[in-house]
Amino acid sequence: MSLRTLEGFKFSTLKTPVHLLDPRTKFLLVIAVLVPALLFANIYVMIALLLSQVPLLFVGKVARRWALSLRAGVFLSALIFVVNLFTGSYLSAIALTLRFLVLLTSFSLFFMTTSPDDLGLALDRIGAVRWLSRRWLGYPNALSFTFTTAVRLVPTLAVDAQTVVDAQRSRGLELDKGNLLKRVRNYIPILIPLLLIAIRRSLELAEALESRGFPGKEGRTSLFQLKLRPVDYSIIAVSLAIIGISFWVYFHYKIPVL
Amino acid sequence: MITLEKVSFTYRSGQRALQEIDLNLEGGDFIAIMGENGAGKTTLAKHLNGLLKPSQGRVLVDGEDTRKVSVARLSRKVGLVFQNPDHLLFSETVKDEVAFGLKNFGFAPEVVHNQVMRTLEALGLSEYAETSPFLLSGGERKRVALAAILATEPDYLILDEPTIGQDYQQKERLRNFILQLYSQGKAVVMITHDVEFVAESNPKVILLSQGRIVAQGPADSVLSKDELVKKASLVRPQMSRLFGELTKYGLPSDVVDVHRARILLEEKLSEAKVRVAQNS
Repeated sequence: MSLRTLEGFKFSTLKTPVHLLDPRTKFLLVIAVLVPALLFANIYVMIALLLSQVPLLFVGKVARRWALSLRAGVFLSALIFVVNLFTGSYLSAIALTLRFLVLLTSFSLFFMTTSPDDLGLALDRIGAVRWLSRRWLGYPNALSFTFTTAVRLVPTLAVDAQTVVDAQRSRGLELDKGNLLKRVRNYIPILIPLLLIAIRRSLELAEALESRGFPGKEGRTSLFQLKLRPVDYSIIAVSLAIIGISFWVYFHYKIPVL
Repeated sequence: MITLEKVSFTYRSGQRALQEIDLNLEGGDFIAIMGENGAGKTTLAKHLNGLLKPSQGRVLVDGEDTRKVSVARLSRKVGLVFQNPDHLLFSETVKDEVAFGLKNFGFAPEVVHNQVMRTLEALGLSEYAETSPFLLSGGERKRVALAAILATEPDYLILDEPTIGQDYQQKERLRNFILQLYSQGKAVVMITHDVEFVAESNPKVILLSQGRIVAQGPADSVLSKDELVKKASLVRPQMSRLFGELTKYGLPSDVVDVHRARILLEEKLSEAKVRVAQNS
């Protein structure tokens, strides 16, 4: 089980211009890439979208880790290509594979350069999230807190996963032995302990939170405040423009695959 | 025999966990590995059954280099009991849990059954054979984890922090059990911070600090030396601290266990009694 695949989505603590952008700006940028990528299955559009992100990867100093996540995506890309060969032309297969790479790149760029804490803060500032959270969970910060906690626990769970694998291998379990069905079954002794550890930990976390007075008073404050800078505004403007133009083109022209 | 030759290990993160460890482990050995948190104890344990391979040097298990043999095959001989039972328990019943290793090693069903029952009996778990391991207490789960490894009868048994979460009577039982194992010719390695447990069991002690072996020898000579014990972020056992204060009465300073302390004190007291009788 290769946990290195996740490397391409793990936050890196750097202070590059890309890292310093407001998380909301970066998220809008992701959407600005997503919208044309999903509206047009055109090879040139995909290549342009892919290339437009390359400078950001280098400025954010995450190009090497992006390459890592691409390597992990090779298998899935091949699968997408083959499946689409059967259902359409080879050109559309290429376009759809490229679309997958575009999505992979933009999400991986976002997660690699946005700290989970910033993400939580950003979520907290979105009115709809606060309203939903209050309606469902009775507390405006609950949803964003749940999200941050989940993200925060991923690396911890990865360590646990490694230990469980080690423990079961010490009992003679060989993960890559047997036919396909056997191999899938081999993972049962890994998944059950992991699941139980996660459940037990979340119960403990809930008790620890309650004993420290969570959720506390209405309107929790934050030490760090998000602030949109001029760069952010200009990127937001560009993103909105791309989204707008994409929809306009989509409704007025028919874009071919090539 | 397990032989470690100048074993060094560096994690992928660049953290150097072990540096030039030399160690021999034979049947009948009882070794306690002690040291501060992060000293490399668990890393060392994972080298013994090939879960980790040395970056430099080599580990030989009965003459086989761990880099060339599968973990499954080494686990047949080297039983490694992990610290946290939650990392390995997954079966519906305690019986199935203990049988898992035996089945993996390809034993016949009746052998598996007999072996499981015998192991549960030995660890006082027979009554839980049909219980879900998740319904047991922390200490009991830990014993199930131990049973799961013991059932395969490894020649070398490695225990990572076996005394955590065990009450004193259970610890006493564990001690007797270990004693039984190494007097049967098995090798037992115990990783622990439990100074008192080690003092009472009197194994050979290996002190690790920052990935190096800083001292080794019988428990009473290692654990009674303040400067050594401090290096591994431990404190001397109570008996050693007591006898350290009593040297002016002609008592030795390297006493760490109750048994030897009792013999020495009885001697001194009866001498004193005789002297009082003579004086009066």
